[in-house]
Amino acid sequence: MGEFEVHRVRFFGLVPAGVRCLAYQSRGGRLALARTDGAVEIYNFGANYFQEKVIPGHETRSVEALCWVAGDRLFGAGLSGDITEYDLARLCVSHSVDGCGGPIWSMEANGSGTQLAIGCEDGSVKLFQIVPGGIQFERNLDRRKGRILCLSWHPSGSHIVAGSIDIFRVLDVSSGLTVQTVMVNYHVQKVKRECIVWSIAFLSSGTVITSDSFGRVQFWDWEQGTVQESYTVSASSALSLAVSESEDSLIVGTSSGATYQFQLLPVKMDSQEKRWVRTKPFQYHTHDVRAVAHSSTALISGGLDAQLVIRPLMEKVGKKSYDVALRKFTFPHRRLVSCARKARLLLFQFSQHLELWRLGSTEETGKDGEVLHLCRMPEHLVQLKSKGPEHIYCSCISPCGSWVAYCTASRFQLCRVQCEGNSISVKKVPKVPKLLLPAYQLQFSSNSRRLFIASARGSIHILQLLEPGGCAHLHTLQPPSGCPEAVYLLASSTDGLWLAAVGGDWVIHVYDLKYFKHHCTVPTYNCAVTALAIHPLINTLVIAYSDQQLFEFSILKKKYTSWSRMVQQRGLHKAWLERDAPITHITFNPKKPSHILLHDLYMFCILDKSLPLPKNSTLLMNQNTLKQLPETARKQELHAFKICKKFQPLLFADLLDENCLVVVERPIMDFKTQLPLPIQQKKFGT
Amino acid sequence: MAALCESFTLCGLSPASGVGLGGGLLALEPGPDPDHVLLTDRGRTTTLFKVSDQKPLGYWSVKHGQVLTCPVVCNFETHEYIAVHDDKVLRIWKNEDINLDKVFKATLSADVHRIHSLPNGGPVVLFRGGGVRTLDALLEAPQQEIENIISDEVIKWSEAFMEGKQPVLIFTTEKDEDFFVYVQKLKTNSLQKYKLEQQELSKPMNFTAYIKNQIITLLCLCSNDCVYKVLIPLMQNTEEEEQILPKSLLLNLSVSGSVLKGTSFVVLDKDHIAVLGSLTASDEEPRECLTIWNTKFQTLQTSKELPLGTSGQLWCYEEKFFFTHGKVLTVIMYKCETSSLAAAVGKLKDRQTPDVSAFVNWNTLGHEELADSFQSQQTGALKYESKMALRSKRNAAANVQTDRLAVGKVLRNLQDVPTRIFEDELKQLMSKAQALDLQASIGSVVTALINRYKTNPKHYHRTFLLEIVQTYDLSYSLCPDLMAVALENKDLRLLQTCLLRFPDIPEEITYSCLEIFLSFNEDSLRRMDVNLESVICYIDIESDNKEVKTEIVENGFSTEQEEGTWDTKLAEEAHLTSDGELCPVGPQKAALLNAVLRSAYSEAFLLPHLKNLPAKEAVLFLRYLFYLYVKCSEKINTTLPGMSSPTINQIMDWMCLLLDAHFTVIVMLPEAKLFLSSMHKFVRAQVRFYSELNKIEGSLQELQRIHQQKDPKIYSIEVLEII
Repeated sequence: MGEFEVHRVRFFGLVPAGVRCLAYQSRGGRLALARTDGAVEIYNFGANYFQEKVIPGHETRSVEALCWVAGDRLFGAGLSGDITEYDLARLCVSHSVDGCGGPIWSMEANGSGTQLAIGCEDGSVKLFQIVPGGIQFERNLDRRKGRILCLSWHPSGSHIVAGSIDIFRVLDVSSGLTVQTVMVNYHVQKVKRECIVWSIAFLSSGTVITSDSFGRVQFWDWEQGTVQESYTVSASSALSLAVSESEDSLIVGTSSGATYQFQLLPVKMDSQEKRWVRTKPFQYHTHDVRAVAHSSTALISGGLDAQLVIRPLMEKVGKKSYDVALRKFTFPHRRLVSCARKARLLLFQFSQHLELWRLGSTEETGKDGEVLHLCRMPEHLVQLKSKGPEHIYCSCISPCGSWVAYCTASRFQLCRVQCEGNSISVKKVPKVPKLLLPAYQLQFSSNSRRLFIASARGSIHILQLLEPGGCAHLHTLQPPSGCPEAVYLLASSTDGLWLAAVGGDWVIHVYDLKYFKHHCTVPTYNCAVTALAIHPLINTLVIAYSDQQLFEFSILKKKYTSWSRMVQQRGLHKAWLERDAPITHITFNPKKPSHILLHDLYMFCILDKSLPLPKNSTLLMNQNTLKQLPETARKQELHAFKICKKFQPLLFADLLDENCLVVVERPIMDFKTQLPLPIQQKKFGT
Repeated sequence: MAALCESFTLCGLSPASGVGLGGGLLALEPGPDPDHVLLTDRGRTTTLFKVSDQKPLGYWSVKHGQVLTCPVVCNFETHEYIAVHDDKVLRIWKNEDINLDKVFKATLSADVHRIHSLPNGGPVVLFRGGGVRTLDALLEAPQQEIENIISDEVIKWSEAFMEGKQPVLIFTTEKDEDFFVYVQKLKTNSLQKYKLEQQELSKPMNFTAYIKNQIITLLCLCSNDCVYKVLIPLMQNTEEEEQILPKSLLLNLSVSGSVLKGTSFVVLDKDHIAVLGSLTASDEEPRECLTIWNTKFQTLQTSKELPLGTSGQLWCYEEKFFFTHGKVLTVIMYKCETSSLAAAVGKLKDRQTPDVSAFVNWNTLGHEELADSFQSQQTGALKYESKMALRSKRNAAANVQTDRLAVGKVLRNLQDVPTRIFEDELKQLMSKAQALDLQASIGSVVTALINRYKTNPKHYHRTFLLEIVQTYDLSYSLCPDLMAVALENKDLRLLQTCLLRFPDIPEEITYSCLEIFLSFNEDSLRRMDVNLESVICYIDIESDNKEVKTEIVENGFSTEQEEGTWDTKLAEEAHLTSDGELCPVGPQKAALLNAVLRSAYSEAFLLPHLKNLPAKEAVLFLRYLFYLYVKCSEKINTTLPGMSSPTINQIMDWMCLLLDAHFTVIVMLPEAKLFLSSMHKFVRAQVRFYSELNKIEGSLQELQRIHQQKDPKIYSIEVLEII
C-alpha cells in the first residue's frame, strides 16, 4: 500500500491528574470520577465505559467527595468548603453553597436522596436538605474536635457514622447527638502515632466498617463499640472502602496500590452464619488508591497514578466473555492535540496552558523501520498560558497554523499566531463576540476562514475570521427540535459546505453551511459517538461509536452508504469490536479516497474500503504476517483493516500530507516518573 | 465415577451398648420410612434406627430362651414388623407395641428360611423346604401344609423383586457342590429350576441379583476371586428339564498383583459393584477393605481399608453402606456417577491412598501370564483384557492375545531344557512377537530368563541378555530384576549397556552400579569386556601401560567389535592434560563411569545413596570428574570428543553432587587436599576468565543496544510501511 514518513512525537508532556474520588450511580450505569486537579468525569458503563462527559477542573476547587443524589444529580464537595452541584448537560458548575464548616472532607447523601451530610474540618457534621434546583442548610449535628474525614449513612437514614482521627462516632440524625464514640487505636499496643480513619461504611445490619492508616479493615458492632473482625491488609494506609449495594462484598484500596476484595461468606456450606473474608487481592495501581467504588458486577478503583481500573467480577457477570475483561483507563477519551497540517504545527492542550510546536524535518528517505536523520529539530514555538484559575475546556489550531483558539469555563480566547523566520508573535484578537460559554469543541474550517464553536443546548456558533486579526459572529446553528445537551464533537467538510455536530444526547445533526440551515439528522444509533469526520472528496460522514461500530453516512443522499450497510451486514471483526479504547480521531487521505485513517490509544488503522472485510477466522492485525510474505502471496491475505500497533499509547495521529503522518505518543513511564514517588516497598533481594 | 464419602458409626455392637448381644448381626433390613433401618442380631433383639440421627427409635426383644431365626422385616404397607423366632413362630407387631410376648403370634407348620418384604407386594415367606407363600396367604391358614421342593438341598441365598405387579422370589441352593437357582413367580405360582454352570476350582460364595427388563441378573462372587454374571429370563415358560445357566465373567477382583478375597458384595448401578473382602497382595498381610469396582472398565474405583476387621457382611440402602467395623456398625455414604473411561482410569491414577498399589506392575504381569496359561482360555483372555484396559490399549487384537499366551506357555514348558535350546526357543519366540506387543513380550522373555537364573544360579545367560538389551528398546520397569541380577553377577558389560539404554533406572540402582564400577580392581577390569566407545577419543594412558593393553586387545575383545582399533588411535591421541595430570582411572573404568554419568537421575533421590560411597572411591570419582572437566575445558565448545561421551553439564552436575554428598569427608582427607586445591585453582581461573567474558558481553550488548536504540528519543522521523 505504501510507505509513510512518520513524525513520532513524544514531547507532549501530559500528566493526567490522579483520581481523587469515585461515585457510582447504579441506575444509569454511570461513574463520576473526580481528579486531584478538580476535574470531574462521567464514564458511561453502558456505552462501553466511554468517558462521556468531562467538566474541567479549577485551581481552587478541589473535589474531596462526590455523590449522586436523586438519580442523576451530582454533587461534589472539597477543601474550598463549598458544596457544588454540577450541570451535566452544560458541563459546568450549576451552583455552589458554602458549607460553613471549613474544608469539607466527606459528603454522602442518605438513601432516599433527601438529605446530604458533610463532614468538615471543624469536626462538625452538617445536614443539608436537597431541594429542586439546589440545597438548603438544615442543621448541625453534634460537633466534636477533630476533622470528619469520612462519613456514612445507615441505609435506614437514622444514624450517621463519622470517622475522624483515632475515633469514629455514631450520630443520631433525629436528635443530632453522638450516641457512640469508638476509639479505633485502642486495640493497638503502644500507640505512638495517630490512627486516621480514612474511610467508613455503615451496613444495614449495624456493622460499621472502617479502613485506617494502620492498614486495617475493621468490622465493628457500633452499639457495643467492639471489634468483630480486624484484618490488616497493608503495612501502610487502607485509604478507601466501598461496599456493594447488596452488602455482601466490599473493596478496599490501600496506599501501596493494592486493592482487596472482602466478601461476606457462609462459614460453612449452606450455613446461616456468615463472616467477612478477605478473598481477592489485586495490584493494578502503582500509587495510592484513593478512591474505590463497587458496582453490582465490578470492582472499581482509581489511584493517584491516574488510572481508573474496572475489574468485573466473573461470578457476577456469569459467563466468560469480553464483559469480564479488565479495563484500565489512564488517558482522556478525547483529543488534546490539534494539528496544523499545512504549517506542520502541533498544539498541545494542558490543563492551564497550551504549547505550540513545530515539527522537524528530514531530507532522507528509507526503508520500513528505519529512523531518518533529522535536518531540522522540532521546535517549541510558544506557550500560551490561560489566565485565571479555570482549566481549559478545548483548544484548536487552524490548518494554516495562524489562528489558535481555546476556551475555559468563562473565557473564550482567539489568538493570531505569526511565525516569521525565527521570531514568533502571538496577538490576542481583541473583541471576540460575547458567546454563551463554555465551548466544548473548537474547529476551524479547512480554509481557516471560519471557526466553529460547539456550545451548550446543541448550538454551534460560527465566527468569521478576519485578516489581519479580527473576527465577527456570523451565525448560530441550532438543532431544529432543540437539545438540552452540549455539543461535544464537530466535523466540517473540506469544501466548507457541511458541518456535523454531536451532542450529549448522541444525536448527530448535519448543517448546511451555505444556507446556515439544518440539513438532516443521522439515524439514531443508541451509543456514544467517539469521533466523526467528513470525507474531503465525497462528503460522507464517518462515525465511530463507543461500541466500536463504524458507520458511513452520505450527507447528500441522507442515508448510510452501501459500504456502511455492507459492514453492518457482515459485522466487524471480533477482535476489532473487543478493543477497549474508543476511536478518538478520524481523518482521510485526499489522494486515496477509499482510505479512512482512524486511531485509538493503542493502534493506528488505515481502513481501505476497497478491500474485503476480514472474517472472524482471519487475523485482524496481520501487518507483521504480510511483511513476511512475498509480494505475490500478499494479495490473498489483504483485508480492509491495516492496523499498526507500533505507537503506544497513541494520543493523536493525523495525516500531514499524502505519505506523511504525525503520531503523538505519551509513554506511561514518562509520566509515571513525574508522579510523586509511591510508598517504597521492600522487595526481596533489593 | 464412584467415591466413598464420609462415614459414621451407627451404633456400637458390644454387649454394653445393648445391640447385637447375641454375637453379631443377623441382618439389616430397611425400616418403615426412608432413613430407617431394622437391625436384627443373632440373638433375641431387633432395633429400629434412624440412620442420619444415629439414634435408635425402637427396641424389641423376644423372651429368654427364644431366638430370632430370621431377619425382622417391615411390612411397608401396614408399617408392621414381622419376626420369626424358633424357626416356626411368627410375630407381628406395630411401633407402639413394647412387649413382644403380647403381640400377634402364629405358629407355622414348617421352618421359615427368610421373609422378604416388598414395597408394593407385601411380605413373602420362604420356607426351608423351598416353599413360598405370601404373608397374607399364610395368615389365612397358619397351619397349612408347606410343600418341600428342594428335598436335601440347602438354601444359600434368596431375594425377592417386584416384576410388574407380581412378586418374584429367587433363591439359590447347594447340594454336593452343585448349585441350583429357583425362580418362583407368586401370582402365577410357577417355579423354575436352573442349574448353575459348574466351574472347576471355584464355587460361588455369595450372590446378589437385580431385575431389569424382565431379566434377572444374578451375580455370583466365586471363590476364585471373580464375579460372574448369570442372566435368567423371566418370560421363559417352557417347562424344560433343569436348564443349565451359563456364567460369564463380569469382573476379576484383582488389581496390580493384589487380589481381593470378597466375602460379600452389592450392586450399586449398572456399572458399579461394591465388594467387601480382604485384599491380599503377594507379600503382604491381607487387609480388609471395602471397595467399589467399575465393571465396565474393570477398574478399582475406590477402596477403604478397614483395619479393625469386619464380619464380612455388607448391606446397602439409600446410597449408604452398612457393615460392621471392629465393634461398631459403620455407615459410609457413597456416590456413584456415570462412568467414563477417563474418569475410571483417571481416578486410578489420582488415588493417593496407600492401601492398593495403583500402578501396573510389569513384573507381576509377567508372572500372572505364566500362571494364567493354565487357566481356561476365556479367563486368561478376560484377565488379559483387564490389564489392557489399564494401559488403554483396548484394541489389542485377538491374535496378539493368543500370542502372548503362547509366550507364557512356551516359557513354562521350557523350564528344564538345556540353556542352548532354551535360548533358541526364546529367540524364535521373539522373532514371532507382534510389533504391537513386542515390548511386553520381550519383557516377559527377560523375566523368564531372570527367573530361570533365580531358580538355578548356574543359568546366567550373559550374552543372550546383552543381545536382547542391545537389540530392543527395553526399559528398567519392563524388566526390573535384570539390573539387580546383573549387579549380582558383576556383569559390567550388561550394566553399562543398561545404563546407556534404559531411560528409567532408579537412583538406587544407578548408585549400586557406580559403587561396583568404582570398587572394581583396575587389573581385573582390563580383562573385562567393556564398551570403550565413549573414552577412546580423549583418554590418555601412561605409556608403560601400553603393552598390557595390546594384550587385552588380543585376549579380551571379540573381532566384531570396532574397539579393535582403539589402541592405534590411542597412541596418536594420548597426551597429558593441561596441568600434566593423567586420567586417574583406566579406560574400562572410565567407560563404565561415563555410562553412569550419562544416565538420568534426580538429585534428591540420588544424594542419599551417594552419601554411602566410601571416601576413597568418592575421591577417585571426583578426580575422574575433574579430569573430564579439564578435558572439556580444553576445547572452545567444551565438549568431549567421540561418541556418547558425557557432556560438560553432566560432569558439572555430578561434581557438585559428589561434593555435596562428601564435602566434610573430602575436606578431612589428606590425600584429597592437594587435589582439591588444584581443582579450586582451576575453577577459580575459569570463573575469572568467564567473568572477563561477562564484561565483554556487557559492552557488546551495550553496543548492540545503542545500535537499536530508538525509543528514548522524544522526536524521530521513521519510515513505516503499511501493506
